[in-house]
Amino acid sequence: MKEKLLNKLNAVSKEAIESVEEFRNELTLVVKKEYLLQIAQILRDDSELQFDSLRDVCGAERFLPGDRFEVIYNLYSIQNTFRLRLKVHLPESDPHIPTVSSIWHAANFPERETYDMYGIIFDNHPDMRRIYMPEEFEYHPLRKDFPLMGIPGSIPLPRK
Amino acid sequence: MAFEHNQQEARNKILKALENQHTTVMFDDSLENEMILNMGPQHPATHGVLRLLLRLDGETIVAAVPDLGYLHRGYEKLAENMNYHEFIPHTDRLDYLSPLANNVAYVLAVEKLAGIEVPERAQYLRVICAELARLASHLVWIGTMAMDVGAVTVLLWGFREREKIQDIWDLLTGVRFTTSFTRVGGMAQDISGEAIAAIKKFLEELPAALDECENVLARNRIFIDRCEGIGYVSKEDSIAIGLTGPLLRAVGVDHDLRRDAPYLVYDKLDFHVPVYQDGDVLARFYVRTTEMRESIKILWQALDKMPAGSIHTHSPKQVLPRKEKVYGKMEELIHDFMLINFGINPPVGEVYHAIEASKGELGFYIQSKGDGYPWRLKIRSPSFCNIQALPMMLRGGLISDVVAVIGSLDPVMGEADK
Repeated sequence: MKEKLLNKLNAVSKEAIESVEEFRNELTLVVKKEYLLQIAQILRDDSELQFDSLRDVCGAERFLPGDRFEVIYNLYSIQNTFRLRLKVHLPESDPHIPTVSSIWHAANFPERETYDMYGIIFDNHPDMRRIYMPEEFEYHPLRKDFPLMGIPGSIPLPRK
Repeated sequence: MAFEHNQQEARNKILKALENQHTTVMFDDSLENEMILNMGPQHPATHGVLRLLLRLDGETIVAAVPDLGYLHRGYEKLAENMNYHEFIPHTDRLDYLSPLANNVAYVLAVEKLAGIEVPERAQYLRVICAELARLASHLVWIGTMAMDVGAVTVLLWGFREREKIQDIWDLLTGVRFTTSFTRVGGMAQDISGEAIAAIKKFLEELPAALDECENVLARNRIFIDRCEGIGYVSKEDSIAIGLTGPLLRAVGVDHDLRRDAPYLVYDKLDFHVPVYQDGDVLARFYVRTTEMRESIKILWQALDKMPAGSIHTHSPKQVLPRKEKVYGKMEELIHDFMLINFGINPPVGEVYHAIEASKGELGFYIQSKGDGYPWRLKIRSPSFCNIQALPMMLRGGLISDVVAVIGSLDPVMGEADK
């Protein structure tokens, strides 16, 4: 499955895949942002791959040198019972990434959550609002520079 | 008099216009316009603090927008600031109807990350925990959903049976609700003979109670009318929107992680995955009721096959030592001190492990930087992803169907809001 997958994706472009990692039998592909939509389309539509189910999208801060953020896509193929993780690295200066919600509708809520928690903006998303925090909240709480105890006064409380 | 005359004239005008089939008549009446209805967050049928904004045309739903976050406690942020053991009690509060299954899901992810394999007895014990949790959760579901569509009797029957499961949890774990029963590399304690006897007694009684519940619903004209053809989603849409669990099996997708990506000892147990084709509320009802009978089957097998032996992995640098040894032995005391203060330090890497929980795929994604705290912990909660499908299920339906559809979705907001 792994070879088949890499062959198909390398056919898109030689430089689309930045790295391939395997840890505890889980396959992770780091792909370039420019090729994300193209790769997503192939993963879903190819008759042998059939990654028809996007199980989750989440953001994370990276602890390794380089870009600050990454977006992680958790894909599953019901047909092949195979799980794949796609990753895209994003610099702090430009936290924009195209949405995949046109390819997998399931991306809608998790992408809103990622925006809420990390401030990563998904371009062309149909409904780019916060999902948990109130709309007037200014911060992105899962960023490492947001304190665990919160910021006093960031959420207006009712007066006594 | 003049008013009546005018009204009569207007009516005649309308009737004349209607005689011509090419005419459309528009009534500009304030009651005919679309109306916005705010449902929840404090509403008995929204199962917690789910808020729905409904756009209505008369009684028909034109659009629905779920609004989440009323129970957001920031567990992912909390997890980054505590060691792997400390997070176990917090998993109880995710899907609070099946805390044991959450405990199991979380430690399986941590063990995969740290490379720990637990002994077979502990694996069987975890299967028993997960299936008891599924039964408890489905018993609450059958009661609340029946009540949502008007059958209060089944609520009481469902809760009566669930009460017995909670008594079993009391014997098994020492608490009735927030169990925190699993540990990284084992279980908090072994199952006692008394608990085994209680489970067996319960399993003998449950099928009759299930029959009772099912008979009162499945042959009930009102219940069937309220469920059949309601909240329909197609197979393609269900997969695209990310439904998992019983909701996916109700549209004819044969997918169950217990069989397709076996974890624990599910590959050694014989069970059947119920699949129904209709994709409506009634099909979800049948999937869950059949699933409960399969859970009973799994529990009997697990109790029979459970081998004797230890329930703890021997790996002193990763697994907490037994308390009685900590108080009496130097090495164990040191290990306990190190594990509590500095954590289990799994290698640098990332894992995702998912189990088939009662609501669907419950997964934990953990990134480790190599120290005692998870660098990033993401909870893939089934309720959160299932709620996404609500607008699709509700559109075009009636307002009275909303409660039936939410009931069939069975969301738990503790899990959806994290």
